[in-house]
Amino acid sequence: MTGRAVLSRLGQALLVIALAFTGAFVLLQALPGDAMLIKFENPDLGLSQAEIEAIRAAYGADTPIWQAYLHTLAGFLVGDFGYSIQNGTAVGGLIAEVLPQTALLAVLGFTTAVLLAVLIAFTATWARNPWLRNLLAALPSVFISVPVFWLAMVLIQVFSFQLGLIKVIGGGPVESLVLPVLTLAVPISAPLAQILVRSIEDVQRQPFVAVVRAKGASRWWVLTRNVARNALVPTLTIAGVLLGELIAGAVVTETVFGRAGIGRLTEQAVANQDVAVLQAIVVLAAVVFVVANLLVDLISPLIDPRLKKTVRTA
Amino acid sequence: MTITETRPGADTGAADRPVLDVRDLVVSYESRHRRTEVVHGVSFTIKPGEVVALVGESGSGKSTTAQAIIGLLAENGRLEAGGITLGETELTGLTDKAMRDIRGRRIGLVPQDPNNSLNPVKTIGESLAEVLRVHRWGSKPAIRQRVLELLEHVGLDDPELRAGQYPHELSGGMKQRVLIASAIALDPEVIIADEPTSALDVTVQRRILDLIDGLRVEHNSAVLLVTHDLGVARERADRIVVMRHGRIVEAGRTTEVIANPREEYTATLLAEAAAVAAEVPPPRPVPKPTAEPPIRVSSLVQEFDTGRGRAPFRAVDQVSMTVAEGTTHAIVGESGSGKTSTVRALLGFHRPTSGLVKIAGLDVGALKTRKQVRELRRRAQLVLQNPYSSLDPRQRIADILAEPLLNYRLADRAGRRTLVTEYLDRVALPADTAQKLPRELSGGQRQRVAIARALIVQPRVVVLDEPVSALDVTVQAQILRLLTELQDELGLTYLFISHDLGVVGRISDTVSVMRRGRVVEAGWTHEVFTHPSTDYTRELLAAIPGRSTAPATTQGA
Repeated sequence: MTGRAVLSRLGQALLVIALAFTGAFVLLQALPGDAMLIKFENPDLGLSQAEIEAIRAAYGADTPIWQAYLHTLAGFLVGDFGYSIQNGTAVGGLIAEVLPQTALLAVLGFTTAVLLAVLIAFTATWARNPWLRNLLAALPSVFISVPVFWLAMVLIQVFSFQLGLIKVIGGGPVESLVLPVLTLAVPISAPLAQILVRSIEDVQRQPFVAVVRAKGASRWWVLTRNVARNALVPTLTIAGVLLGELIAGAVVTETVFGRAGIGRLTEQAVANQDVAVLQAIVVLAAVVFVVANLLVDLISPLIDPRLKKTVRTA
Repeated sequence: MTITETRPGADTGAADRPVLDVRDLVVSYESRHRRTEVVHGVSFTIKPGEVVALVGESGSGKSTTAQAIIGLLAENGRLEAGGITLGETELTGLTDKAMRDIRGRRIGLVPQDPNNSLNPVKTIGESLAEVLRVHRWGSKPAIRQRVLELLEHVGLDDPELRAGQYPHELSGGMKQRVLIASAIALDPEVIIADEPTSALDVTVQRRILDLIDGLRVEHNSAVLLVTHDLGVARERADRIVVMRHGRIVEAGRTTEVIANPREEYTATLLAEAAAVAAEVPPPRPVPKPTAEPPIRVSSLVQEFDTGRGRAPFRAVDQVSMTVAEGTTHAIVGESGSGKTSTVRALLGFHRPTSGLVKIAGLDVGALKTRKQVRELRRRAQLVLQNPYSSLDPRQRIADILAEPLLNYRLADRAGRRTLVTEYLDRVALPADTAQKLPRELSGGQRQRVAIARALIVQPRVVVLDEPVSALDVTVQAQILRLLTELQDELGLTYLFISHDLGVVGRISDTVSVMRRGRVVEAGWTHEVFTHPSTDYTRELLAAIPGRSTAPATTQGA
């Protein structure tokens, strides 16, 4: 890509983040009910209506929406994400505290998904046995239809309760990661494997593959040294999009396995209508998503040199 | 006009022992759990240094035979019986591993279409090195050195640069040179060239065939030339094997087969090839000039932006032409000559940079509304090269033909049905074709459908972009005949785009020869063919396969 193309791509990325910020803000403000009321109208606290009003004013909840928008935006631009309404701590701190756990889970989950997808796709397209081929090619469709929460429960049931291989509570850091990573990986690996199988089959039908075979190359050589790289670009594009799944998957996985993390934080914030936390999480998700897709766009031309060429109008 | 009896290197060298011996080869394909035999007992031999041409139309089993020899039949293909001996080695019954050792090292393959035969994400150097690496030929630096030598050997300039480039940065001819280099890298005993030039421009074809021939002489390799083009076979082969429906119809020395074909089928193929390569197209009656010619182009210029700060690319440069009603004008030229850009400007796909284009009474440069553009496209219809991709695979032929009528609201339901039947009949297709899907039709039948689809809206002008290039030679002749008949019946004006001067000579009244965006020569086809005024036209004419050796009259034609 030319410098100009990279710049315009960056501009698009920023625009997407700005739109995500605005969209989230409008939607969160439009929610019926608010976190302030949930917290302070609790009869146990015994606060009067006037006292609640005073607290609301102190939090700035009575300012007009456009002022609040600009205020929040200005804060985000300098890295101040506001304070959680539920427990009063800085949102930035809350996120920073749990981000590493989620990042670890996400990176491992995504890597496992990619490995799983490659394994399925390579075996499905390499196997000579038509029965095995069909079975493996059908696997992604099964994976894709599996609900994450159900998968999590089945994994716990089988590996922890029945086989007793993994402790549900109190396992080591590695042990406690195995099931969540699998839960996260399986549904993401499915579309990846589907695209990869399809791309590999498409590429294998291209005449150049027969030419490579005519050079005396084995099927394995053809698959690994010729087909794989060609099949990668469409898969990479989908991988970028699937990062969105990863965030959604993290919410369920962390909740089911009781792990601290962004997903868990999201779940709690939604339950409490903690608008400030949600706003920050949405923007974080948008940033991750946009950066990932930006990387995909920048990496693709390195894999397929034809994408480098600025297209001449034909 | 002499046909060389022996070729340099053909009968010299080793002995008369064949290097490749194919005996009673039987191949079948399985589809939907049914085995169909497609090659029924084919036998032939090739001696070292000899060129044997396997000639036939698509579906004749010639490519299947070639694939069977190299052990790369499609997954549903199976060698049922017969033997293939390469030197002292019996190839049938070899394990995949043993066969891999043969491929590339003892049999080299030059594929059909260089444009999709190189891995697009590998550099030329990597692709060429692959055959050496597969056979563990030598160390990395040695391989690198050998790659550069090979590139130079097949006539590519600046091997260092080429080795680092990607396939899309090279022309078709250059890519075919790379593939030839790969085929000969390990000095194989047999080179199988499967239609090595059918995807290339006619002048490039000749150079590629010369290159293969030169390498054959140099290495004394045997060449199996698979081709549908009897002209090519006649020029290049010592012996010809004619195949049809999976059987050998006729085989023998080229001179004998050409001079004295024993089978009617061979005679038909020869006649078609001879007609295409005819020295001089017969002059056609000169039509009366009409007041408003259906195609008038003057000083057309078409430029494309190539990016900021760079000079625009001029694809069409000061092109002028006038075509009289009811005649055929041909635009010939190699790829990149500006033929296609001219056509696109004519049909209003691009706004011309400058110049005047009037088609069927409409000033193309001045069209403003969508409605006007639509009217242009009704009056001037387009038929494309590839009938395999220009028909929607999921629509029945009746729907394909009715679609333009619907788009232009030209007929009601009953009217559409009548018109579909009428136009199927006009293009000589049976009425039951209407209920078929494109995949149930042959290439020639599909092209008839494409022609019917163009004609059904009753255009004045039909633009035919390489309409027969994808078809077998006998089918080509049929389609060209059909086009001429339709022109006479309906008074159509044709603009015929082609790189094949043989075809152009048969169908056109007038011709423009284009090169690098300019018309280098124009006039009556008869005149241009008999008295070409530029070297470029002479080169194009000389490159028509079979022409240089075509006998004045062909027996049995």
